[in-house]
Amino acid sequence: MKFEDVYRQEWGQVVATLIRLTGDWELAEECAQEAFAAALERWPRDGVPRKPGAWLTTTARNRAIDWLRREAVGAAKLKEVAAMSDEPEPAYDVPDDRLRLMFTCCHPALAMEARVALTLRTLAGLSTAEIARAFLVPEATMSKRLTRARQKIQYAGIPYRVPPAHLLPERTPAVLAVLYLLFNEGYSDVVRSSLSGEAIRLARLLVQLMPDEPEACGLLALMLLHDARRDTRLSADGVLVTLDEQDRTRWDHAQITEGVELLDATLARGTPGPYQVQAAIAACHATARTAADTDWPQIAALYGQLKQTPVIALNRAVAIGMADGPAVGLRLLEQLAAGPLTGYHLLPATRADFLRRLGRLAEAATAYREALELATTEAERRYLARRLEEVSQ
Amino acid sequence: MKYLLMICGDESAEEYADAGCGGWTEEMTERGVITGGAGLRPPREATTVRVRDDELRITDGPFAETKEQIGGFVLIDCTDLDEAIEIAAKHPAAGYGTIEIRPVLEFPPT
Repeated sequence: MKFEDVYRQEWGQVVATLIRLTGDWELAEECAQEAFAAALERWPRDGVPRKPGAWLTTTARNRAIDWLRREAVGAAKLKEVAAMSDEPEPAYDVPDDRLRLMFTCCHPALAMEARVALTLRTLAGLSTAEIARAFLVPEATMSKRLTRARQKIQYAGIPYRVPPAHLLPERTPAVLAVLYLLFNEGYSDVVRSSLSGEAIRLARLLVQLMPDEPEACGLLALMLLHDARRDTRLSADGVLVTLDEQDRTRWDHAQITEGVELLDATLARGTPGPYQVQAAIAACHATARTAADTDWPQIAALYGQLKQTPVIALNRAVAIGMADGPAVGLRLLEQLAAGPLTGYHLLPATRADFLRRLGRLAEAATAYREALELATTEAERRYLARRLEEVSQ
Repeated sequence: MKYLLMICGDESAEEYADAGCGGWTEEMTERGVITGGAGLRPPREATTVRVRDDELRITDGPFAETKEQIGGFVLIDCTDLDEAIEIAAKHPAAGYGTIEIRPVLEFPPT
């Protein structure tokens, strides 16, 4: 196994264990870092230990003890150190540790951007520089954000634990929201696609740790199904390719199968939730052999089951328009036009699409122009420009 | 952990000034988490004091003219932030005002 893979796989566990042992987030990360540095130096010489995770945890624990011995002034802390030294090997792979870390990183008393940053740093093991690059902020800003988050956890007394059962219904969605945001950050931007990979990895971990949580499975299925289409969403020269024009033979069919099987098993439990419904919509698209085979009435019905936010309502209008014809879709869009979607480029882009299908090309051109002004990414602008050219001929 | 709960509300919260806390104080006292606190007279009766360059400056009114003002405070001592959130959420003022939870500065043991 490559060192980088060991790092990726073991980092979160080592840090999670060290936080449990020392109660000090900064110290835990520093000692984990030192343990990995020691491994990088020794393993090529002495060989990789039989249980790399246990070796890393013990090494990090010993660093923490050394540090605390040097620094400890209070009797209480010295007692803790003594207790830690008594264990020949710290209990390793307590499955609760990483889950505890996940829930603490995603505690609702932390700002969303802090939760995301902390999850990536502490659990996923990305460097501060990497996270700063991913969120387009200077490294110093990200470093300060992480420090403040750790300090808040410590000084505000955010508990390091998996919340008790009565809090889980409100805390689990907070964890899922962080992972989904992470996925979308990576999915909406090719430059930051590694974030989607991290999100999937963390969602897999969450499913493994909380196998009885159907929405965690729903979220993982949703990510797998979206991610399977990743490579076909842009043309070789960087123009957005919409779902109906994507080369379906290039979708990752093994991943689609995995997502669909996971979703089916989850839906069979009979406790649906928003992530499962969104995954079911993604599955409708992913399993349609051609764009024309898409089960639009089913997709429209599924959108109807979700909480009707403006964006969901827009997606539902698209599905109904595809099922019942562009004229029906257009009427639904008119009802949305005056609402909070003003300034959202997908509203005029969708209207333009319906108008184009109806052959009302001059109106379509106006709508494409409007969308073009509002679009936020270069890939979308180039797609809209292509459509505008087509309807203007 | 020790926390200060600052109970805030806008002017409309004044009508609750004499409403009491609907058994909250009794429940929390019984639980042994309350270590102090009081309800406050309205901010228009506040006086603000600053000393700058040895000069005493006195002004009428609260230190910040914000819509929400502190109407009361409670000092609690409980396990962690989750418990503090649970205690604050049960306070009747959480239903019409805002409760800010602030950890109390604790000096490390020497």
